[in-house]
Amino acid sequence: MNDLLVANSVSKNFGDFKALNQVSIAVPKGSIFGLLGPNGAGKTTLIRIINQITMPDEGSVLLDGQPLKPEHVRDIGYLPEERGLYKSMKVGEQCLYLAQLKGLTKTEAKARLKYWFDKLEIGDWWNKKIQELSKGQAQKIQFIVTVLHQPKLLIFDEPFSGFDPINANLIKDEILQLRDEGATVIFSTHRMESVEELCDHIALIHKSNKVLDGKLNDIKRQYKTNTFEVGLESLDREKVISEIQDKFEVLPATFRNLNDDIKLNIKINGQTSPNDLLSFLTSKAQVHHFVEVIPSASDIFIQTVKNNQ
Amino acid sequence: MNHLPLIIRREYFTKVKNKSFIVMTFLSPLIMIALFAVVAYLSQLNNDKERTISVLDETGYLEEVFQNTEFTTYTNLNGLSLDDAIALVKEKEDYGLLYIGKSGSLDNVSGNVKFYSEESPSLSVISGLELQIEKRLKEKKLELDGVSLAQIEASQTDIEIAQESFDGEKSSKIDNVVKLAFGGAAGYLLFMFIVIYGNMIMRSVIEEKTSRIIEVIISSVKPIQLMMGKIIGTSLAGITQFVIWVILGGVLLVIVSAIFGIDLTQVQTPQQEMMNQAMQADGTQAMAENLITAISNLPLTNLIIAFLFFFIGGYLLYSSLYAAIGAAVDNETDTQQFMLPILMPLILAVYVGVFTVIEDPHGTISTVFSFIPLTSPVVMLMRIPFGVPLWQQGLSLVLLLGTFIFAVWFAAKIYRVGILMYGKKPTYKELFKWLKY
Repeated sequence: MNDLLVANSVSKNFGDFKALNQVSIAVPKGSIFGLLGPNGAGKTTLIRIINQITMPDEGSVLLDGQPLKPEHVRDIGYLPEERGLYKSMKVGEQCLYLAQLKGLTKTEAKARLKYWFDKLEIGDWWNKKIQELSKGQAQKIQFIVTVLHQPKLLIFDEPFSGFDPINANLIKDEILQLRDEGATVIFSTHRMESVEELCDHIALIHKSNKVLDGKLNDIKRQYKTNTFEVGLESLDREKVISEIQDKFEVLPATFRNLNDDIKLNIKINGQTSPNDLLSFLTSKAQVHHFVEVIPSASDIFIQTVKNNQ
Repeated sequence: MNHLPLIIRREYFTKVKNKSFIVMTFLSPLIMIALFAVVAYLSQLNNDKERTISVLDETGYLEEVFQNTEFTTYTNLNGLSLDDAIALVKEKEDYGLLYIGKSGSLDNVSGNVKFYSEESPSLSVISGLELQIEKRLKEKKLELDGVSLAQIEASQTDIEIAQESFDGEKSSKIDNVVKLAFGGAAGYLLFMFIVIYGNMIMRSVIEEKTSRIIEVIISSVKPIQLMMGKIIGTSLAGITQFVIWVILGGVLLVIVSAIFGIDLTQVQTPQQEMMNQAMQADGTQAMAENLITAISNLPLTNLIIAFLFFFIGGYLLYSSLYAAIGAAVDNETDTQQFMLPILMPLILAVYVGVFTVIEDPHGTISTVFSFIPLTSPVVMLMRIPFGVPLWQQGLSLVLLLGTFIFAVWFAAKIYRVGILMYGKKPTYKELFKWLKY
């Protein structure tokens, strides 16, 4: 039993609109799972089903091997994309209330809140009202409330929106630390660079269907095209290029590099190994740059969505 | 996990600690009492204004009819001509001149009575005068027919029909007034309570939507728990406010009346005085006694128990509908189109209560409306002081309870879907679709 959360062919209709169509995902324990998809693909519906906010029409969701039941809300911490706090309520009071709703006792909640407030150095906000805080500050409170009850499963929907880069980094480190402490994270975002940074697994939902799923590295391996970025320096520029073009498929390159001599994207076929290419190149010119082109999460996202149009 | 007490506590304390709530709680009775004091003060001012009415009676029939009272002085201008009398009254700035023109016989007098004044006289003054003249003329006519004044007096009989139900329950006219007052007060109280605190619940739901906290909360508790917590918490806050209003209002009323020296039971305006003079109303003492018997005649136990049940039932029914409206819309301005279907039965209930129950508390219309769940709380509360068979009360309550459960189910559905819907204002058709989600 290595998966903390398993969704089995979950479907959900809203009237005539099919929001989810037989979507299955498996979130391994201790991983950060990126749930991706264009706007309106059905991510939020799936997240809401996991949180038991809406019920699926078909399919089942298992948490730790058990079908979801009301008690499971304690095991889940959810930071929705549409989030907010009671504006006229004091920070401390509000945190205590929300923590108690998650099943903590008042004393427990107080102790943990103290820990988090000290950690994020916001102890003096306790008696402020939410409306006196900035958006980023309120987001911090929201983050604390989400993780306070030490849930097994954390669900973050666009956790970094509203944060400046410094605070975004702070929160990112906290998420990684929580993961290292054993929490499993479902992470939904449109920021592909943070997917790249954080996610071990991803699933891509498009038009209510799951179109891609797996370990990020595996997916990248699948999507790579055996293309290499090559930066060369040679006195006889034209000749080198034409010699390469005779042997390999060459595409225009756009990478940045200090020397602006010869920049090429070279695609090799299955029979040629990267070493063969490199030794060929070294025999022709000075090699400054030799990198395999690995598709970014963003590339994969765009390509998959286009292919499924 | 039962979070209901937690939610109720939060709802209650946020409401009670809210500044505008506190201000309203303490200011409203002050404003009410201040208004009352102003009205009382003004009517006192009015009381002090004595008026003089000049009388020019050319017939001689109406001598000694008009007796001076505390506020009204009558001056006899007999002997003057009409023109002179008018000029004199004008000069003296009297209230007006009552002129009874020369008439051949008693029968012709009625066409010859006129009242001259600077401004149009008050209705009660005129009708008071009319009553007095009529009475006098009647006596005169009877006297002409050979009936003596003593005989007339002896012929005056006061009939008061003693009412008794088949069960032996006695009642009287004043009983009915008391019943109406109790029923009306109970019904109206419920109406006010629903409108004020139903709106408060609605606003509080909308607030959760606009502040976007709803999804966070809803991932911890069931929507129906949140909704019920809201309704109960807000109601408790409402009851707190009501109790403070009653206590504060009572205390202030006593203080104010002490300061202004107004005897609340004896506030008598000149108008009333004039009518009383003509009609020779009952003694106040007997009234008070009747009042006490009337109140003790009320089915008090039934009244209190029924009040509790119908009040709670009716209030919960409406407040769950208010909560559903709050969940369906994004902001308060969008609530209008959904408010109407809620307010209509409520207002209808009050109208039925005021017009039909008074006329005939056990008539068809009153009875039917006291069974229809949306109107029954108000109408039934108004009917109960008149004695409603227990089976009717029971049936009505069962219907109310059934509707309440249905309304909560309905509201919870709308609520569950609506709280997560942002953007455009839903139509009724969409609301109906939500029920199936």
